[in-house]
Amino acid sequence: MVKAGTFIAALAALIFSAPVFAAAGAKLEPAGNDVDNIVSLQRGARNFMNYCSGCHSARYVRFNSVAKGLGLSEDQVIENLMFNAEKTFETILASMPAADSARWFGRTPPDLSLMARARGTDYIYNYLKGFYLDPESPTGVDNIVLAGTSMPHVLWELQGFQKAVFDEIPKQGRVFEHFEPFSTGSLSAEEYDSFVRDTVNFMEYVAEPVRSTRRKLGVWVLMYLTVFLVVASMLKKQIWKDVS
Amino acid sequence: MTDDVDRNRRHFLTLATAVTGGAGIALAAIPFLSSLKPSARAQALGAPVEVPLASLEPGEMIRVEWRGRLVFVVRRTEEMLGRLEQTKSHDLLRDPDSKVSEQPEFAVNGYRSAKPEYLVIEGSCTHLGCAPLPQFQVGPSDDWYGGFFCPCHGSKFDLAGRVYKGVPAPTNLRVPPYRFIKDDVIMIGAEMGAA
Amino acid sequence: MARIESEIGTPKGGFMKWIDDRFPFTETMKAHATEYYASKNFNIWYIFGVLATVVLVIQLVTGIFLTMNYKPSSAEAFASVEYIMRDVEWGWLIRYMHSTGASFFFIIVYLHMFRAMLYGSYKKPRELIWIIGMLIFFVLMAEAFAGYLLPWGQMSYWGAQVIISLFGAIPFVGETLVEYIRGDYSISDITLNRFFALHVVALPLALIALVFVHIVALHHVGSNNPDGIEIKYHKGPDGIPFDGVAFHPYHTSKDLVYIIAFLMVFSFVMFFAPEMGGYFLEHANFEPANTMATPEHIAPVWYFTPFYAILRAVPNKLWGAILMAGAVLLPLFLPWLDRCRVKSIRYRGWIYKSALGIFAISFLVLGWLGVQPAEGKYVLMARIFSVLYFGFFLLMPYYTAIDKTKPVPDRVVYHG
Repeated sequence: MVKAGTFIAALAALIFSAPVFAAAGAKLEPAGNDVDNIVSLQRGARNFMNYCSGCHSARYVRFNSVAKGLGLSEDQVIENLMFNAEKTFETILASMPAADSARWFGRTPPDLSLMARARGTDYIYNYLKGFYLDPESPTGVDNIVLAGTSMPHVLWELQGFQKAVFDEIPKQGRVFEHFEPFSTGSLSAEEYDSFVRDTVNFMEYVAEPVRSTRRKLGVWVLMYLTVFLVVASMLKKQIWKDVS
Repeated sequence: MTDDVDRNRRHFLTLATAVTGGAGIALAAIPFLSSLKPSARAQALGAPVEVPLASLEPGEMIRVEWRGRLVFVVRRTEEMLGRLEQTKSHDLLRDPDSKVSEQPEFAVNGYRSAKPEYLVIEGSCTHLGCAPLPQFQVGPSDDWYGGFFCPCHGSKFDLAGRVYKGVPAPTNLRVPPYRFIKDDVIMIGAEMGAA
Repeated sequence: MARIESEIGTPKGGFMKWIDDRFPFTETMKAHATEYYASKNFNIWYIFGVLATVVLVIQLVTGIFLTMNYKPSSAEAFASVEYIMRDVEWGWLIRYMHSTGASFFFIIVYLHMFRAMLYGSYKKPRELIWIIGMLIFFVLMAEAFAGYLLPWGQMSYWGAQVIISLFGAIPFVGETLVEYIRGDYSISDITLNRFFALHVVALPLALIALVFVHIVALHHVGSNNPDGIEIKYHKGPDGIPFDGVAFHPYHTSKDLVYIIAFLMVFSFVMFFAPEMGGYFLEHANFEPANTMATPEHIAPVWYFTPFYAILRAVPNKLWGAILMAGAVLLPLFLPWLDRCRVKSIRYRGWIYKSALGIFAISFLVLGWLGVQPAEGKYVLMARIFSVLYFGFFLLMPYYTAIDKTKPVPDRVVYHG
């Protein structure tokens, strides 16, 4: 006889198997960010507004909701994060008009509200660390995660430039080996690493601002259901005393 | 004996289950009911609006939209302010001192405004929500000292939006929250009257 | 004289009598709850019918609230879902309930169907219950498919593209049919708008009607049980089956415990893993539909993957579509494919036990294969397990006829 438990276990195994992020090619280093780390999120918000929001929008994200989620006052947000918005209820829009960016980069830079949910934090983390010099590219750089990207290395002043070293492996062709620094930026490798991690962390936060609320509420709901389960089980036992 | 015990226990457990379950359903209803409230977008769209008054000539009125509602801003002349005394002293008004009407604290006065010169009121009749028409000139009837007239059911209001007696509208026209952020700029939707 | 008085005089028996004179309330409650007798030996497999009803209610209620905020247009759909997730107070909870509910609906329905195969619930006299149930399953698939287009993400768009294109495989009318489904030359705003109408009006109505009929038919013939014995053949002098207990309060009190346990599992997923690793909410669906670029890895939502794997196992468009349709439709004929006189697997022979085991494994493996890339060993595996899947149904008349069975007891097995 097929046991109910076995069947359910098999089904669970099917459902819980490895997540399928649509990232092909290079192996991704884990981002290692912690979305519950408010200070990191605050730094990430500043990074995002300084370096990303010029070209990228986060059009579903309102400044006042960021303020609330990151434990900032509205005045702090106005002072430190709002460069081209006037009211805190506005959403994060790119400073550059979409038509201009489309002309300059060949495509409009994508909205970043949900990028962390669509591609995963590891992807963004590796992408931001993965620019390398490529004289054949119109932007002078290519990216190890997204080959042929039309995004220039906007963080070059911080990271500096690096070269990629490839191995020629028969049958497989060119395989990425490692990066070699070409020039230094204003940040050390470790500092740049945490800069990127904070930024990715903020992007994970804006992709699902409700995450921490949801988890906190979940604990309460499960506690309530446990109590309800006990009461209902006692009632069931009592009622089924009749049945022999 | 045991039967009695069992029956009591069963009653108690039934009640306990019903109460726990009922509480759960009530709590589960909260998110659904709360979702009906104005959303963050509605609140953003309903944010305070700035209205510059510099180009508003004495005796003129402009219409402003705030939260999808019509707001009248009237710049009253000295002569018009004088007529407010007439409606009150002739005992034409139902609520001359704005005791039962809706307005911010600062507008509970003879002018129903933060500054006597500027009247800011919602253009929504307190009867059933039609938009009253401005008719600022005196007459032709003896008791008309200028004000607002609602075409739907004939309610009448004076130049401070105070309702006349004997008309269907129960209270004075609502005064929205507003404040002067400069001498000649008001922000409708923000509390605090004169800055 | 007396007769008239009793008709027009003050009603005796109060409010309930007043109601019952006009609507068969008490009678209905008795027939379907307090005096509906179902076997006392139900095991956990018998919970999934009730759970399906619970999930149906969750989907209807959350669906209504989502409809209040969703915009069925290609320009606004994606943004309106994010609007629900961020701007509408508690909107995220309602949306997660709905998306989690969709997947749980299928988990429950698959387990519910498997229960019927374990205990022969589709056999005489319950053939119609089974067929109505299969119709519910078909409508549910359509409902889920239509609903999946609505968020207007990359997976919504390209998933719909693939599935709708399947109809193009039908000879002669295929291409025309596809245009009629889309209402356009490609999937567009027009398609989204009509899928919205189907998802929120037409299909839910059909679903509710079919569920109602399913339950009416069930209560007419009575529930099966894990022993596959008709309890109504052994009644006491009071007309109550010896092995039956009233639905209320016995089964209701038991079901409530299971419902709460289910809600715990449901809540756990919804609050702590609403994406369920990309299976309940696919990652690519967090990018708005882009008609110019297909995502690298395209797979339908998990509950369609067993059938999708069968489709991909066939290197021919028409035959792939036919076999996929066949895989979905074949269970309809179970009542007649199964020649065994014994209902419950407890008293059936090793052949059916093995066959059912192989079928369950094939279904799971095909489901897993449906999310793997269609290449190399995966295609070969998909072909093998597709053959096993079809073999289970098509060979059933033979192997069930020769299978040895054990004697079935008169009364159900119950260890109080």
